[in-house]
Amino acid sequence: MADIIKKINVALAGNPNSGKTTIFNMLTGARQHVGNYPGVTVEKKEGLCKYAGFEMTVVDLPGTYSLTAYSIEELIARNFIIDEQPDVVVDIIDASNIERNLYLATQLIEMNVPLVLAFNMSDIAEQKGLVFDIEQLSRLLEATIVPTVGNKGRGKAGLLDAIVKTARQGRIERTHKVSYGQEIEEELAKIEALIADKEHLLAKKYGSRWLAVKLLERDIDITAKVHSGEVLDVVTAGIEHLRTIFGDEPEIIMADRRYGFISGACQETIKSTVESRHSRSDLIDAVVINRILGLPIFLVLMYLAFLLTFKIGDYPMGWLEQFFDWAGTTIIGFWPANSESWLKSLLVDGVIGGVGGVIVFLPNILLLFLAIAILEDSGYMARAAFVMDSIMHRIGLHGKSFIPMLIGFGCSIPAIMGTRILENRRNRFTTIMVIPLMSCGARLTIYALIIPAFFTEKWRGPVLWLIYLIGIVLAIICVKVLRLTVFRGETTPFVMELPPYRMPTLKSVCIHMWQRGWMFLKKAGTIILAISIILWAAMSYPKPSRQSIAGLSSEQAQQTALAYSVIGRIGRTIEPALEPLGFDWKIGMALIGATAAKEVFVSQLGIVYAIGGSEESSQTLREKLQANYTPLTGFCIMLFCLISTPCVVTVVMTKQETGSWGWALFQFFGLTAMAYVVTFIVYQLGSFIAG
Amino acid sequence: MPDKKTRPLSVVRAGETVKLAGIEAGRGLNSRLASMGLVPNVEITVISSGHPGPFVISVKDTKMVLGRGMAHKIMVL
Repeated sequence: MADIIKKINVALAGNPNSGKTTIFNMLTGARQHVGNYPGVTVEKKEGLCKYAGFEMTVVDLPGTYSLTAYSIEELIARNFIIDEQPDVVVDIIDASNIERNLYLATQLIEMNVPLVLAFNMSDIAEQKGLVFDIEQLSRLLEATIVPTVGNKGRGKAGLLDAIVKTARQGRIERTHKVSYGQEIEEELAKIEALIADKEHLLAKKYGSRWLAVKLLERDIDITAKVHSGEVLDVVTAGIEHLRTIFGDEPEIIMADRRYGFISGACQETIKSTVESRHSRSDLIDAVVINRILGLPIFLVLMYLAFLLTFKIGDYPMGWLEQFFDWAGTTIIGFWPANSESWLKSLLVDGVIGGVGGVIVFLPNILLLFLAIAILEDSGYMARAAFVMDSIMHRIGLHGKSFIPMLIGFGCSIPAIMGTRILENRRNRFTTIMVIPLMSCGARLTIYALIIPAFFTEKWRGPVLWLIYLIGIVLAIICVKVLRLTVFRGETTPFVMELPPYRMPTLKSVCIHMWQRGWMFLKKAGTIILAISIILWAAMSYPKPSRQSIAGLSSEQAQQTALAYSVIGRIGRTIEPALEPLGFDWKIGMALIGATAAKEVFVSQLGIVYAIGGSEESSQTLREKLQANYTPLTGFCIMLFCLISTPCVVTVVMTKQETGSWGWALFQFFGLTAMAYVVTFIVYQLGSFIAG
Repeated sequence: MPDKKTRPLSVVRAGETVKLAGIEAGRGLNSRLASMGLVPNVEITVISSGHPGPFVISVKDTKMVLGRGMAHKIMVL
């Protein structure tokens, strides 16, 4: 008899900041898959876990404080539980912050799901001196409670056992219900009776009590599902009645009663053995979000983060450069010297030239993400968002916008994905539109090439800074314009939870760093590789006839061949449009390639100037650039690259996050147009001033 | 219903503890704040009150920071 592997479907729910993701990672390890819930831009994370003969599918639901219909995340979480009917729902609770966290649990209890409560961060709760009577609390909430410390991996076995046990039990009839008080309970009873009578299908799917509760709360989603006019009338009358008695919306009173239930349960089961008046977090915050010190501290930390990225990143970057040089030489070595081979060319110029130029920057980008992960995990990011809010608000953005924008300095792709933390659609779209102006790691390859070519040592730092600054200033202007036109409207009021400061663990920081860095790497491995090959083909073919290049030096021959190719012709065609910017057809060619992915610019230029192969260093290319162009043109090249779309993947990402090609193309053409105009102005003014 | 004794949270000084009377905001925001702990009669301790500056409160062991305007909308006793 073959072993039947039993399957369990598990859903993880919990507040933001409760450590849900860490628990998810703890259960599923590397076997995760990230996708989207159909039709919306909310991330769906699924993973696998094998334990005790069971195969568990774990879905990480969006972090929510509640399960109302007010936000899409909550609706998704709620609908998943109702439609997919998971065998077990695990509510991850921050044990050091129990009362607030249990609010979601009361909602899950009301939905009558098989429930396990993971009291996460139980080490911090212990430090705080909290002692739980787990048995009794478990009885009151009718759910198995397991203490866990997610970021240290503790409690995994206990949690898995609880999941198996609860799955076996299935749905139970609950005895301890949240009571909403006499008046509300009376109204609920009326509605329940009517629902059982008139709305059989709904009652069967959702449970009549839960429906009644939602209707009394004026839940938009549920109210729309009710057909019976009679039911709706009774609901409306009930709400009116309760409003008169309480002087407040029933919804709010019910929220209050839930907290009352929680409070009662906690008072009986939780003891605090330590009197802590001013926690450490408060003391730190007194300095960090101080009116005067807050912003300078923030700027210093940002400076340190970037310093870490660039200074330390230089070492691995050097190693990678050496590696690619070696790889190129070795591959060339497979063929007799000076032989013509399309495969050799493809591998060396196309693949190594294209992809190598990208991967070289991986250390820098990973380090930036590392710095950001440390700031996030320690809890500082929430404070930073607040400090930034006063500035951001004046521009027209929410304080939280700055976090994805910061990530944008590494790579726009995870940055655009990161805008999901912004609840307001207008804020989110505006932020997505201007994220490309945060000069990303790819463009750094271009600056690293051009700046040393045209500027002496003492100017290099300032010029680099200037470029980044221009990006930021343009972003601010664009936001203002967008907020006055396309995305007009008020910003949402700023309310944000301040999680207590925590010591980030190496493991969690590395996971976060890797998740974002991986996107960059994937882009390099796939799109850029594909683009590099396509461009290599467009640059190598068609080839001029043997006669036309006979007698020319190998470099000149290469140049002629280039002019003859597809890209060369396109470059020549658009040259007249580029002249007012100070560009020639060679730069034009490189820019075309760069539209697909900025890193490609450097390799393209290298080939145009017949540097080819990887034996020559970029130093030779710089010499050639210096010989052919002025510093002003160099600066304009960087300006154009700064403002135009970083890469084709960004456009695709924008479409994904905004849900329409319209916005993605608006971003693409808008940025390109702006790049053209700004570069035009700078070049013309510059030439005029230079005489 | 706010009576003569209620005042906006924005005028409460750091260190004081007050009770929530009501929030003058739309349903969505109201509900969200309620689910975060701001329900009628809940105790709010003001950790730091700034005009302007960070307005940080503690509600049920959770620290929250409120942006401009928010503190004005929360009525307390």
